[in-house]
Amino acid sequence: MIAKRIIPCLDVRNGRVVKGTNFEGIQDVADPVEMAKYYNDTGADELVFYDITASFEGRGLFTDILKRTAAQVFIPLTVGGGINEVSDFERVLSCGADKVSVNSGAIKDPTLIERAAKRYGDQCVVLSMDVKRVDGQFRIFAKGGRVDTGIDALQWAHDGQERGAGELVVNSIDTDGVKQGFDLEMLAAMAKQVTIPIIASGGAGKMEDFKILFESVPQVDAGLAASIFHRKEVPLPELKRYLGEQGIPMRILREE
Amino acid sequence: MIAIIDYGVGNLYSLSHSLAFLGIESKVTRDEAEILNADKLILPGVGAFGDARDKLHETGMDALVLQKAKAGTPLLGICLGMQLLFQKSYEYGEHEGLGLLPGEICPLKPDIPDNLKVPHIGWNGLHILGDSPLLAGIQEGDSVYYVHSFYAKGAGNAVKATSEYGVMVPGLVQRDNVFGAQFHPEKSGPVGLKMLKAFGEGSLC
Repeated sequence: MIAKRIIPCLDVRNGRVVKGTNFEGIQDVADPVEMAKYYNDTGADELVFYDITASFEGRGLFTDILKRTAAQVFIPLTVGGGINEVSDFERVLSCGADKVSVNSGAIKDPTLIERAAKRYGDQCVVLSMDVKRVDGQFRIFAKGGRVDTGIDALQWAHDGQERGAGELVVNSIDTDGVKQGFDLEMLAAMAKQVTIPIIASGGAGKMEDFKILFESVPQVDAGLAASIFHRKEVPLPELKRYLGEQGIPMRILREE
Repeated sequence: MIAIIDYGVGNLYSLSHSLAFLGIESKVTRDEAEILNADKLILPGVGAFGDARDKLHETGMDALVLQKAKAGTPLLGICLGMQLLFQKSYEYGEHEGLGLLPGEICPLKPDIPDNLKVPHIGWNGLHILGDSPLLAGIQEGDSVYYVHSFYAKGAGNAVKATSEYGVMVPGLVQRDNVFGAQFHPEKSGPVGLKMLKAFGEGSLC
């Protein structure tokens, strides 16, 4: 039986993981490579690296981090941030990324999805979206969730799949940071639109939130979070053990 | 030295780095002499069967791989590379494979129930059916990472381990010196590394 995936997200700026961390046994808590190794060793099913650098130098640091991570961490790596052209896919794939996540780049030019899918395959293209309720409608927001694009999020998800996206990351701005659980209503609506895997993001604050997510919206394949894992408010190995005990199919690392 | 066959299909970064991480010498190559001299071969691949088969032929790699495999050199096909080892595929038409393993590559849909998504993507547990050197130290239920929409049918006792996804999907196949993994060992954490190590270091004879 296929396992539900638990995915830590590392936001990287100028070569460092942003958002506070509280790690034992790691020399440099903000070093993305060290953190990726820690997550790999403690059972993360996949990692997302998000490049939030604006500068050219920062971008170079990011690809260097990606290369060093991919040489030591052998689980799927998804990379997002600053992906606007097919050449950006090439840049990160050649450094060891397995999948590439597009967000603003696809809003600016939706054909980016199909051009990339045609070249690298659907499985490589992850459509990531920031969704917020406006006047009773789910809308796509751009620029890190600050700008209402007016695009209907359910239609956007459907079209994204048609264009060749292989997975969706759906982040709810309404629940993000609130730590009261995932946006189940929105995720259930999304699940009716697409047949590709859905990765839920935004709102997890405790272990039960993941259980509720997978039980109430069974079409969701994975849960993604950042600071609750980095700060160990929800320690990743404990979460996976707990979900396994609760009957959610999990990949559990065997003690050697 | 392991020759990783380069025929312009797929991202070989993780595969070559995972072998380097294990201290196993490998080289991504399409050089005839290098391939003929290699102790072992890995045939990678992502994308569509027909395209990959054409590229394998255009680069002349198909004849080399067949020659080496028939001479007894251990060969490991990964993902689409594994599917290419079979007789035939029904992915967008009908294509001849290398014919090193018995069976055909067929779409997961409609064989699997409607509620299961295609591609089959993510971690799935292995059910061990037979002996294989690559399964040394692997236990029933150990998880590996899959990304695929087609699967092998009719492989008979070449199937050494399966994963359940509406049907029993052949995960690891082997006949003599020819091995195939439908999952990505280079993306399957410690379990996958163990298999690559067994392939790289084992005598496999």
